Amino acid sequence: MKKQNFVRLTLTYLVVLIMFVIILYPLAWIIGSSFNPGQSLSGSSIIPENATLAHYKELFDTSKSNYVYWYINSLKVSILTMLFTVILVSFTAYSFSRYRFVGRKNGLMTFLILQMIPNFAALIAIYILAMLTHLIDTHLGLILVYVGGQIPMNTWLMKGYLDTIPKELDESAKIDGAGHLRIFFQIVMPLATPIIAVVALFSFIAPFADFIVASILLRTEKNYTLAVGLYELVAKQFGAEFTTFAAGAVLIAVPIAILFLSFQRFFVSGLTAGGTKG
Amino acid sequence: MSKDLSYATSHRKKALILSIIPGLGQLYNKQFLKGASFLIMSAAFFYVFYDLLNIGLWGLVTLGEIPFTDHSIFLLVYGILALIVLVFGIGFYLFNLRDAYKVGLSRDNHEPISTVKEQYRNLIDNGFPYLIMSPGFLLLVFVVVFPILFVLLLAFTNYDLYHSPPAKLVDWVLFKNFVDIFKVDMWRQTFFSVLSWTLVWTFVATTFQVALGIFLAIIVNQKEIKGKAIIRTVFILPWAVPAFVSILVFAGMFNESFGAINRDILGFLGIEGLPWMTEPIFTRIALIFMQTWLGFPFIFAMTTGVLQSISQDLYEAATVDGASNFQKFKNITLPLVLYAIAPVLITQYTFNFNNFNIIYLFNGGGPAITGQNAGGTDIIISWIYRLTMTSAQYSKAATLTMLLSIIVITVAIWQFRRTKSFQEEDMM
Repeated sequence: MKKQNFVRLTLTYLVVLIMFVIILYPLAWIIGSSFNPGQSLSGSSIIPENATLAHYKELFDTSKSNYVYWYINSLKVSILTMLFTVILVSFTAYSFSRYRFVGRKNGLMTFLILQMIPNFAALIAIYILAMLTHLIDTHLGLILVYVGGQIPMNTWLMKGYLDTIPKELDESAKIDGAGHLRIFFQIVMPLATPIIAVVALFSFIAPFADFIVASILLRTEKNYTLAVGLYELVAKQFGAEFTTFAAGAVLIAVPIAILFLSFQRFFVSGLTAGGTKG
Repeated sequence: MSKDLSYATSHRKKALILSIIPGLGQLYNKQFLKGASFLIMSAAFFYVFYDLLNIGLWGLVTLGEIPFTDHSIFLLVYGILALIVLVFGIGFYLFNLRDAYKVGLSRDNHEPISTVKEQYRNLIDNGFPYLIMSPGFLLLVFVVVFPILFVLLLAFTNYDLYHSPPAKLVDWVLFKNFVDIFKVDMWRQTFFSVLSWTLVWTFVATTFQVALGIFLAIIVNQKEIKGKAIIRTVFILPWAVPAFVSILVFAGMFNESFGAINRDILGFLGIEGLPWMTEPIFTRIALIFMQTWLGFPFIFAMTTGVLQSISQDLYEAATVDGASNFQKFKNITLPLVLYAIAPVLITQYTFNFNNFNIIYLFNGGGPAITGQNAGGTDIIISWIYRLTMTSAQYSKAATLTMLLSIIVITVAIWQFRRTKSFQEEDMM
C-alpha cells in the first residue's frame, strides 16, 4: 500500500512538472523577448544578453505610441462591462433559479441558444445599429454590445450555481418575513460570492480579450482598446516589431494574471457544504 | 344550481369587448388608475412608434424602390425594429385583454375586485422576476436578438458587392443562396471541406482540453499532494493571460524561420524545422495543441471547485462501506463533477465550434488551398468573416451563419435534453 502510494505520487508530481514546463515556457519566452534589444523576432532569446527596458519606455512615450490610451480605454471598458454584467446577470439568474413564471422554460431555452451564436457573426448588424444610434466609435456602444453578449452564458452559469444553494434558506427567510429584495441581497447573494467572482472575472476578461467587435466599432486610434491596438501593432509587419509587442503583451498579462489570482480563492471554496448545516 | 348557469351579469364579456381599446375594459371594471394608465400607454405607443411602424413595415416588404433615396439595408433595420416593437405591443395588448376578462369574471362571481394596494402587491409578487429581468432582457433584445434577426433576413437577400446601397437596391431572392451553396461546385466543395475540419477541430480540441482539465484537477486534489496553491496558480496561468496575447505569442513561436519551436526546441533535438504555417496539417496540429493549452485551465478550475464542494461525509460513508479508491472515484467523484460542469462542457464544445480568435490570429485561417475560397484551417465562422470582410459576400456569409446556427442549435438542444442538470432533478 505504501509503495503504491509512492508510485502514484511520483507520477502525479511528474505530470505536474511536465505541465509546468509546457505552461511556463511560452510565458518565459515572451518575457525574455520583451527585454531583448532590437526589434525583430529573429535575434530574440529567453535570456537576453543585453537586456533593455527600451521597449517598455517606448510604449509609455505618448508621442510615439498610444499604448497608454489603449490601456486606460481597456480598463474603463472592462470594468464597466464587469459591473453591468454582474448586476444584470445576478438578477436574471436569480429569477430563473428561484421563480416559476410564465415563459421561464422558453426563456431558458432561448438563452441557451443565444449564447451559442457568437454575436460577432452578426457584425454588420451591430455596426449598422451603432451607426443609427450614433454609438459608433464610442465606448458606451462597445460596453453595451459586450454586456448583452455576456448575459446568456453567464446567466446559465450562475443559475447552475444558485440551484445548488438550498431553497430551504430562502423559504425560512420568507417565513421570517423577509421580502424579495431582502432574500436576494442578504441570503442568496452572499452565498453566491464564488460564482459572482467567476462571472465578474469572465466579464472583465472578455472585453479585454476581444478585438473583433472593438475593431469594427472603434474608428479612431486613440479610442482603441489594448487588443485592437496591439493586434494592429503586430499585424502590420509580423516580426518586425515583435519585441515591442512582447513588452505590450507582458504589461497586459501581468496585471490580468494578478487580478485572476486574487480571485482564485473564490473558486475553491466549498460554500454549499455549509449552507444548510450551519 | 350549477355554477356556470348562475352568472347573473356578463361583466367579463363586456370588459373583454371594451378592452379592444386598451384601458376601457379596466375602466368598466372600475379599476380607474389601471385603466387610465393602460389608455395613456397605448396612446403613447402609437404616437411614438407610428412612423417607425409605417416606414419599417413598408421597407421590410419592398426593401426600397428608388436607388440613392431608399437605402435597402437601413430599411431592413427599421423593419426589424418595427417588428420588435410590434411584438412588445401585441404582448401588452394580449395582457390587457386577459386582465380585463379575468377581473370581469371575478365580478361575475361576485368576488371582491382587488384594490389599488392589492394590485400593487400582486404586481410585486408575480411581477418580481419579470421586473428584475427586464433590463437585461431589453439589452439582449437589441444587442443579440436584433443582429440575429438581421442576419436571418439577410440570408434571403442578394446583398453583395454588386448589390450595395446606396447606388443599388437589395432584393429578396428567397432560397437562392442556400441552393447556390449546395449546387455550385466551388461553394459545395469549400463548404464540405470547411465543415469537416470544423467538426474535427471542435471534437478533438475540446475533448483534449476537457479531459486534461478534469484529469489534472483530480490528481492535484489528492490529499497527499504538497504545494497545491502553487500548482493551481500555475495551472490557471494560461487562462489568466488573455487568449489573444497567447495566440499571437504562439504565432511567433511557431514561426517557421525564427520561431522558438523550430529554432530552439526542434533544433536542439536535431530535427529539421517543420512547416507550421504553410502545411495545413501542421497548422492544424499546432492549433489543437494551442487550444488545449489555452482551454484546460478553465475546466481545471471548475472541476477543482466542484471537488472541494463535495461533502467529505460521502467519502467517509463509502470508506465505512468498504469502497475502494477507484469505486469512490467512479461512483462519487465523477458523477458529481460531470453533473456540475455539464452545462459548461457543452458551452466548451460550442465555443470551439465558433472559436474565431485562435484560427484567425494564429494564421488567418491559412495556409491557402487551391480550388476553394477558404483557407486550410478556416472553420465556418472564420470563413464567414473572410467572406464578409474580404470579398463582401454579405448574403452568402449570412446564409452560412444561418446554416452554422442550425447545426449548433440542433446539437445543443439534443444534448441538453439528455443532460441531467437541465431536468432540474434535485440531486442527492
